[in-house]
Amino acid sequence: MDNNFIQLNYLPVGKKGRVKMLTSQGAIRRRMLDLGLIADTEVVALQKSPLGDPVAYHIRGAVIALRSEESSKILVEIT
Amino acid sequence: MDLTSRSTGTGVLVNDFTGHSLFSEDKVIALAGNPNVGKSTVFNSLTGLNQHTGNWPGKTVSNAQGKYKHKDKNFIMVDIPGTYSLMANSCEEEIARDFICFGAPAATVVVADATCLERNLNLVLQTLEITHRAVVCVNLIDEAARKKISIDFDKLSILLGVPVIPTNARSCKGLEKLMDAVYDVANGDIPAAPVQITYDPVIEESIAMLQPIICKLAAGKINNRWAALKLLDGDAAMLALLDKHLGFNLMDNLELRELLLLAKEHLAENGIKADCLRDKIVSSIVTAAEEITKETVTCTNMQYNSTDRRLDSILISRVFGIPIMLCLLAVIFWLTIAGANVPSGLLSDLFSLIEGKLTSFFIWAGAPQWLHGIVILGIYRTLAWVISVMLPPMAIFFPLFTLLEDLGYLPRVAFNLDNFFKKACAHGKQALTMCMGFGCNAAGVIGCRIIDSPRERLIAILTNVFVPCNGRFPTLIAIGTIFIGGTAGGAFNSIASTLALTAIVLLGILMTLLVSKLISKTILKGLPSSFTLELPPYRKPQVGRIIIRSILDRTLFVLGRAVLIAAPAGLVIWILANITVGDMSLLTHAANFLDPFARLLGLDGYILMAFVLGLPANEIVIPILIMSYMASGSLMELDQLSDLRQLLVAQGWTWLTGICVMLFSLMHFPCGTTLWTIKKETQSLGWTLAAFAIPTAAGILVCFVVASTARLLGLV
Repeated sequence: MDNNFIQLNYLPVGKKGRVKMLTSQGAIRRRMLDLGLIADTEVVALQKSPLGDPVAYHIRGAVIALRSEESSKILVEIT
Repeated sequence: MDLTSRSTGTGVLVNDFTGHSLFSEDKVIALAGNPNVGKSTVFNSLTGLNQHTGNWPGKTVSNAQGKYKHKDKNFIMVDIPGTYSLMANSCEEEIARDFICFGAPAATVVVADATCLERNLNLVLQTLEITHRAVVCVNLIDEAARKKISIDFDKLSILLGVPVIPTNARSCKGLEKLMDAVYDVANGDIPAAPVQITYDPVIEESIAMLQPIICKLAAGKINNRWAALKLLDGDAAMLALLDKHLGFNLMDNLELRELLLLAKEHLAENGIKADCLRDKIVSSIVTAAEEITKETVTCTNMQYNSTDRRLDSILISRVFGIPIMLCLLAVIFWLTIAGANVPSGLLSDLFSLIEGKLTSFFIWAGAPQWLHGIVILGIYRTLAWVISVMLPPMAIFFPLFTLLEDLGYLPRVAFNLDNFFKKACAHGKQALTMCMGFGCNAAGVIGCRIIDSPRERLIAILTNVFVPCNGRFPTLIAIGTIFIGGTAGGAFNSIASTLALTAIVLLGILMTLLVSKLISKTILKGLPSSFTLELPPYRKPQVGRIIIRSILDRTLFVLGRAVLIAAPAGLVIWILANITVGDMSLLTHAANFLDPFARLLGLDGYILMAFVLGLPANEIVIPILIMSYMASGSLMELDQLSDLRQLLVAQGWTWLTGICVMLFSLMHFPCGTTLWTIKKETQSLGWTLAAFAIPTAAGILVCFVVASTARLLGLV
C-alpha cells in the first residue's frame, strides 16, 4: 500500500482528499459506492460532531456524515 | 418518514401492485427520487387529497398512491420509497426497483434535487437502465437559483434522452408541464431514447453475448441490456423475480445457460470477478453522472453552500451544538406549556357549558339517571377532558416540530447525538424516531423504518416509549407544575415546571440509551451495522403549509385516535366506578388490592389503577385518578390546577408522590395503540411482550429506588 494514502477518518477537518481505495466488503462497500465514493472522488472533511464522531464530509455535492467505522475503510490521498 | 397520517394511517391499499390498475384506462405512474428532494410535495401537489396509504405487500415500508386527472386521462401515481440507488441494498431499494421494473408503470417520474444534481443523477441513470418511459423532474429550482446554480435543462434532456421538467413543487411551478410530459410519455407520444451507460469494454462484450438470446426469450417484456447485466451479476433473488415476471424459468433455456457461462468466463479471464463487476458498474454510472453534470450545471458562485456551512459551524459545532439543541427543546416545551393554558381553559369552559345544556336536555326528555351517568358523566366528560387537555398543546407542539423538520434541523440532531447512540450500540437516526415519539409513540415506532438495519431498528422500537408522548405531557406538566413549579412560586412557576419537564425528558433520553445498550448486549447481540447520514441543505420553511399540514395530518389525526379510544374507556371507567360490590365500587376494590405494592413505588393503589386503566390512552390517566379520588363516580371538572392540588394533597400526596408519578408516567408499558403498532412492525408477539415488560420493569425499579431512598433519608 502506498504510504501517501491515509484512512479517511484521519483526514483533518477542512482538508481535501481523493478516494483511492475502499477496503470494506459486502453491504458497507455497496453503500459507500452508492454515495459516489469511487476512485478519484474528491472528499472534503467539513466538521466533526460535538463528540468527535461522526464526521460530516462533502461528497459529490452532498453532505454525508460517516462514523469512523466506515470512514476508516476508505483510503484517501490528501490533495 | 414523518409523523403524518400518511405514515401512521391504517388505510389498506389495493395490494396487487404487480398487476395493472383496477381500471385499465387509468395510467399507473411511478414516482421515484432520492430522499429529501421534495418528492412528497410533488406527490401531494399532484394528487391533493385523493390518496390511499398502506404498506407494500408483505413489507413494513409505507406506500402511498393517489389519483389525478390530466386532460382526458386518469392517472394513478404510486409514491415509491425514496432511495439513492436501485441496487437493492435495502428493503426500500428493492421495492423501488421491483416496482419500476415489474410494476409495469406507464411512466416513471424521477424527482431530482436541482441543488445537488450530480448525486441525484445516479438514481436517474439507474432508472433509465430499467425503463425508457421516464420523465425527470428537477425540483427545487428556486433554491438552486438562490444558490446561483444554473442548469441547462434542454441540454440535460438531450443528454439523458428523456423529458426533463424544471419544477418548484412548493409553489406549484412547472407541475402543469410535468403532467403534460407524463401524459405524453405514458401515451408513448414521445420517442424516448434514453442515454446508455457505456461500461468497461469487457463488460460490454459480455452483455453483447447475452442480449440477443434474452431479446428472443423475453419478447420485449423487459429491458434486455439491463437483464443481461443482472444475469452477469448473478443475483439469485433477482433471477427468481425475472422468472416470475416472464412466466417461465430463464435458466431452463440451455442456450442461455451456456452463453451465460461463457460470458462469465470472459469476465473472469479479464480479471473481473463478482464483487469487482458491481464496483465497475457503479463506477461507470457515477462517472456518467459526473460528466453529464459538468456539461449542464454551471455554478457562478463556488461558495454556494457557504450559508449552510456557516449555519452548521454553529448548530452542530463542538461547543454550541448540544447546548443549542437543548435550548431549542426547552423553548418548544415552554411555548407548548405556556401557550396551551389559556386555550385549554377556554375549551374546558365551553365543554362545561355544553354539558349543562345536555343535562337539561336529558332532564327535559325524562332520561333515566343511569343513562345520564353513562353518557354525560362517563363518555362526554372523558372526551371533553381529553380534547381540552390535548388539543392546545398538540396544536402548538406539532407545528413547531414540523418547522424544525422543514428547516432541515432534525438530521442535525441525529448528527449531534450519534456518538451517544454508537456507544449504546444503536443508530443515530434513533434520535429522530425519538423526536417523533414526543408526538406519539406509535408514530415513533413506525418511524423506526428509517433505520435500515434490523437490529438497530428493533432496539429503537423497544425503547421508543421512554420518550414521553403527547398523551403523557399533560400529566407531566400538571404534576410538575403542582409539585415542583408550585414550590417556586410567582413568576418562576412556569420556569420551574419547564425545568422539571426538561429534566424528565433528559432522564427519558438517558434511559433510552442505557436500555438500548443493555438490550444490545443481551437479547440483541451483534455488531452495529453501517451508518451513513445525509445532512440536507437548510431550507426556508413554508409556515403556512406547515400549519395546515401539521393541523390536518398530525393534530387531528392523533386527536381523532385519542377520542376514539377515550369514549369507550370513559364508559368502562364510569361502570367500574359506579358498580358497587359490598360497600365499595369495583374500582376501589381493585385499588385497595394494588395499594401495598403501589406504596413501595411511592404511589398509591388508585394511581397504579389509573395507569392500568389508562392502557387504551395515556391521556386519561389523570381524569381516571380524579374520578377515583372524588368518589363521585364521575369525572369532575377542575378548572384550576389549584383545585387539583388541593384534591391530591387531601389524598396524602407529597412531592415524592408527584415525582414518582412523573417517573412512572415516563416509564411504564406503552399504550394500546403503540403495542398494537409494535406487534405489526415486528410481526412478533415476543417482541411486543418485551416492549411491554422492559419499560414497566424499569419504571418499577426506578420508582422503588427513589421512594425507598427518600424514605430512608427521612426526606418525607
